[in-house]
Amino acid sequence: MSGVVSFLTRRRGGRFWHWTDIVSWLWLIGGLVVMFGPAIWLVGSSFKTPAQLAEFPPTILPYVSQQATVEGHDKPLTLYRVKLPDGSTKVLAELRRIGTVAQMVDPKAPNDIVKVNIASREPVREIGFATENYTEPFVHFDFLRYLRNSVFVTAMATLITLLTNSMAAFALSKYRFRGRDLTMLLIVGTLMVPLSVILVPLYSVVSAVGLLDSLWGVILPTVATPTGVFLLRQYMLTIPDELLDAARMDNASEWQIYWRIVLPLAAPALAVLAIFSVVWRWNDFLWPLVVLSRKELYTLQVGLNTYAGQLNVQWHYILAMTVVTMIPVVLVFVFLQRYITSGIAGTGLK
Amino acid sequence: MGRITLTDIDRAYGKIKILHNINLDVGDGEMLVLVGPSGCGKSTLLRLIAGLDRPTGGRIEIDGADVTEVSAARRGLAMVFQSYALYPHMSVRQNLAFGLENIRMAKAEIDARIAEAARMLDIAPYLDRRPGQLSGGQKQRVAIGRAVVRNPTAFLLDEPLSNLDAELRISTRAELAALHKRLATTMIYVTHDQVEAMTLADRIVVMRSGRIEQVGRPLDLYNAPANLFVAGFIGAPRMNLLPVKVRSASGTQVHVEGPGGLSATIAADGTALRPGDEATLGIRPHDIELSDDSKGSVEARVTLAEALGPETVVHAIIAGDNKLVAVLKRQDVQTQGQPINLTLPTERMHLFDCAGLRVASR
Repeated sequence: MSGVVSFLTRRRGGRFWHWTDIVSWLWLIGGLVVMFGPAIWLVGSSFKTPAQLAEFPPTILPYVSQQATVEGHDKPLTLYRVKLPDGSTKVLAELRRIGTVAQMVDPKAPNDIVKVNIASREPVREIGFATENYTEPFVHFDFLRYLRNSVFVTAMATLITLLTNSMAAFALSKYRFRGRDLTMLLIVGTLMVPLSVILVPLYSVVSAVGLLDSLWGVILPTVATPTGVFLLRQYMLTIPDELLDAARMDNASEWQIYWRIVLPLAAPALAVLAIFSVVWRWNDFLWPLVVLSRKELYTLQVGLNTYAGQLNVQWHYILAMTVVTMIPVVLVFVFLQRYITSGIAGTGLK
Repeated sequence: MGRITLTDIDRAYGKIKILHNINLDVGDGEMLVLVGPSGCGKSTLLRLIAGLDRPTGGRIEIDGADVTEVSAARRGLAMVFQSYALYPHMSVRQNLAFGLENIRMAKAEIDARIAEAARMLDIAPYLDRRPGQLSGGQKQRVAIGRAVVRNPTAFLLDEPLSNLDAELRISTRAELAALHKRLATTMIYVTHDQVEAMTLADRIVVMRSGRIEQVGRPLDLYNAPANLFVAGFIGAPRMNLLPVKVRSASGTQVHVEGPGGLSATIAADGTALRPGDEATLGIRPHDIELSDDSKGSVEARVTLAEALGPETVVHAIIAGDNKLVAVLKRQDVQTQGQPINLTLPTERMHLFDCAGLRVASR
């Protein structure tokens, strides 16, 4: 504990605050707010009721009004803290409201009705979670089916991406042939073509091969990624050729060299690409939206879109389900982040 | 059997020719050392023999069979790489087993061979470690072990000691020599270190710019270098080379004169040298002796005297700008700036003509 304290209060100026200490604190706190603020707000808001979401000013934490069961009333009544004319404050339950006047009652003395101006009262609230935002979609919305589709698309696409990209990268990094650099240039060049440009021709192709309205139609067009080929190739260039020569002397076939030597050694780069691929495929929205039209094939992201109707957006469900869809990506980062740092450090330097 | 024959081997990368017309015959069980400065093509030649690269011309035979177009795996050779090239993600045991698994050898046989190699090379205690957890010397043993378990027709070693520190290099060199004696398998060894070549080789091949300069037993190369390059390359410190002029030449003797009053009559069989020709006289530093009087000796000025204990390395200058290094078996040598007289024994001299080829023969 004292270690943490001494770490946090460590200053450049020694015993005094140097101006750079203050600037770095402000900078770091600012960064923390900018980075984490939206995420925390999202998680907080996902537990809010629709009414509270519409409130202004918004709050970070979700609150619920306290309610009490009052004798003689079937439903629980909402509690308010009321400022009485004699200057004292008291917690009363609201029976009904007529214009700016509310009829209220003391839960302990349910027979005395007090009339209160709504300006002189405020609801008694405590932090509470509207968990139905999460439970309802699981019951009424096909969340599990969408989840299954998303997991299938993400897992298959990532596996095929790793396999095909590493094969291309192996050929482009470890064999010399005429046109190798041109091929590499072409592959990297496709980075400059955004999906929206090739959306229509891609749709025609997918339609022509009969993959419309199929999860494979979502998976296959996305598996060859120039970023992946480039990333893996640069990493494989750093694997010494002598290792491959040694394997050749050891009677290894070219496939064995790829499978047993190059692939295990490229593991950090593969982990990086796996993370990227999972995030890309999981968050993919436009392409699945275009390819899939049957509701039971929707992926999560497309499914979430059904909460945003033309007239009515069910923010509480969207927020809650957004949090749920974020979980796998966050987990991938938590468990594979050390590969990102080591992998990217390795890919940049020889 | 492990007889390797190279006939008219050429290798070119585009227009640049790396190897020119290499002819070499490596006998069974021989330790042949390819030596030369970096870039002379010795490693390229080794890769051609290994089958990791194809010659642009010529023929490679192993035990009489033409293997020029045969893949590396099928030549039955094993190679030890300069960087060891151990598979970093496999344990030592897996490293040794990899090549054997690839030829689908029985598990029991693989284990037996690994155990034998581990015993021979003292690597048994770390069979389950990864290469990253080994020291340089241990990696070196594993790399050799990986070649040994293959039980190859011949070993190809590409500067296997260059990554070791000086002390380890000397001990590993001795172990390699012992290993060669025990296995009695053909070894082709590439190095740029002439000391390694001298100590290990049955025969040395000196290469320069893709050509073989001389092939011979180590002492033959030392005592009778075929040309100026071999003379300068073999032996440490280098042979002294002094420019001389031929004064007279007969069928069996050549009389030359050089800087600093140098005058010598050297035995030569049937030389083409004529009086007035330029030539180069070579004398090894260890052959030079200190002289008490100026008669029959060369006058030199000491620029640096390095006292090593048993001997003193004297750097001197003769007549202007001709540098001379002498290794004298004594400690009382005048230091810097002092004139000394040095005797160059005639019977130890080497004479090279203007083309750099050896003239004198002893």
